[in-house]
Amino acid sequence: MNGSGLSAHFTLRRSDGFELRLDLEIPAGVTVALLGPNGAGKSTAVAAIAGLLPIDSGSITLDDVVLDDPDRGVFVPAEDRQVGVVFQDYLLFPHLTVLENVAFGLRSRHVGREEAAARAREWISRVGLDDLAARRPGKLSGGQAQRVALARALATDPRMLLLDEPLSALDVTTRSELRHDLANHLTVFEGPRLLITHDPTEAFLLADQIHVIENGQVTQTGSADEIRLRPRTRYAADLVGSNLLMGTARGGVVDIDGRALHLPDQAVDGPVLLTIHPTAISIHQLPPEGSPRNSWETTIDRVELLGSRARVRTSAPLPLTVEVTEEARSALNLEPGSHVWVAFKATEVTVQPDAGS
Amino acid sequence: MSTDEARPRDAKVGRPPGLVVVLGVLGLAFFAVPFLGLLGRVPWSDLPELWSSDVVVDALRLSLVASVSSTLIALLLGLPLAWLLARVDFPGRSLVRGVVTLPLVLPPVVGGAALLFALGRRGLIGEPLNQATGLVLPFSTWGVIIATTFVAMPFLVITVEAALRNLDRRYEGAAAALGAKRWTVMRRVTIPMIAPSLVAGLVLTWARAFGEFGATITFAGNLQGRTQTLPLAVFVALESDRATAVAISLIMVIVSLAVLVGLRDRWWKAL
Repeated sequence: MNGSGLSAHFTLRRSDGFELRLDLEIPAGVTVALLGPNGAGKSTAVAAIAGLLPIDSGSITLDDVVLDDPDRGVFVPAEDRQVGVVFQDYLLFPHLTVLENVAFGLRSRHVGREEAAARAREWISRVGLDDLAARRPGKLSGGQAQRVALARALATDPRMLLLDEPLSALDVTTRSELRHDLANHLTVFEGPRLLITHDPTEAFLLADQIHVIENGQVTQTGSADEIRLRPRTRYAADLVGSNLLMGTARGGVVDIDGRALHLPDQAVDGPVLLTIHPTAISIHQLPPEGSPRNSWETTIDRVELLGSRARVRTSAPLPLTVEVTEEARSALNLEPGSHVWVAFKATEVTVQPDAGS
Repeated sequence: MSTDEARPRDAKVGRPPGLVVVLGVLGLAFFAVPFLGLLGRVPWSDLPELWSSDVVVDALRLSLVASVSSTLIALLLGLPLAWLLARVDFPGRSLVRGVVTLPLVLPPVVGGAALLFALGRRGLIGEPLNQATGLVLPFSTWGVIIATTFVAMPFLVITVEAALRNLDRRYEGAAAALGAKRWTVMRRVTIPMIAPSLVAGLVLTWARAFGEFGATITFAGNLQGRTQTLPLAVFVALESDRATAVAISLIMVIVSLAVLVGLRDRWWKAL
């Protein structure tokens, strides 16, 4: 046992026959993402760590306190675990005001009414919702509800933080704004943090380490870059398939590491997240002619075969993943070390404002 | 242009079909006409005197005591029963659910007779109870309360059970994760979240208990001041004194309507 953090190594069989196997180590101050599709067992993992479902074998330990270990007959119930959870859909109590929701955990832990209200107000203020303390959840926007859920989870001063799809209920604009806020709150929180998500962007931007989970099993573990560069399963490859770039736009042009990228909309200014799908990028042996505005010479780093398709990884100046048919790959003789030109149209770049930079 | 065209069609969409209106109004008449008949017979000038007679005052007091007591007992026992039925998967649960709802379909007279066999002076439980404590339940005010509770409690149980089943249990998990013990979860999350259904169930229970007749007269008899509730008093008065019968009926209509309409707007959105 070495100090603080979450250590979860367990198997859990649900009553419907689904089995989840998980091996997680999250040191204090580190954010780990569990990234996977619906039905992969992500919410079951939340329930197990939060103490809402007992595990069948293995153990869950938080800051050297055993929370669940069937072999040793230990099961700490949810109410005694001090795990702060932001649930999927937030699950704010509809009959209580924002203030009462945030104070709920403190009141349940026998903090006096006035002190609980004062501390709840402090958290409501920290997430920027001072004006809404008396409101009921039914009258909040999605983004406001998310902030209340976060304040409610943090107000009890938990030992760890669990976030189950914290942004997926939000529209795109709100999402990027709240992702930024969430990143700040995560940095301030000192314990281990587990982020559950099906959105690779969210995982890449918020987590230090990513576990890809499929059908109840972790299929890959690594940093965002490791998973981006070397997806080990088809799902992971598809998931991270899109090239994700960050930069600051000026007049529809983004400068990334000295390379100018043209965007479809010239009115875009400020920090942006760009995604370019690998199939939208073409590879040429000679400088391409015609319309593509984004084009440069590069070297092929790696080639990966996925059935009838091939994933080509290019290196500097701007590493990209390009997907071509296997026919095209062999026709162009694309191999590690080949000198090629990549090209894509400005209209193939998806632009999202990035409040995070 | 398109909005101008769409408006008449929107109006058509919102308008109910003629046949539905005719049948609906006929349905309303079915309820309203008997009350109009009752109102037509009310001896308005004699009302103060009739309402202040001993028979009426005793029966009203007893009816209120019995119906409110039944409702409280239903809350105390019916809420936990509904919780068990909704949450605990025990063998024979559907049989238990059937037994609980039996008083809804059985003729109340049969219920009253069953209570007599069980709790009467010679009954299964009544005899040992009598020998041990000297308590006699039939033909007492307690008998009235037992009879009305027997008939009325199922309304609370089925309403609350349905509400508990429909409740998203993840909210209770969220409360537990925030540190709430089971009783706190129930008190601060479960019950407030089913409150509309709980209140609706309580109102239905109270209304059924207030109007109870058959089981009461069978099990508790018809003694003025002790077991004679308003419905029983109406029944007696119909034989001898029509004016009193109408006056008592009017009280029942007024009290019931006041409670149902008063609570409906606030709470009955759930039903």
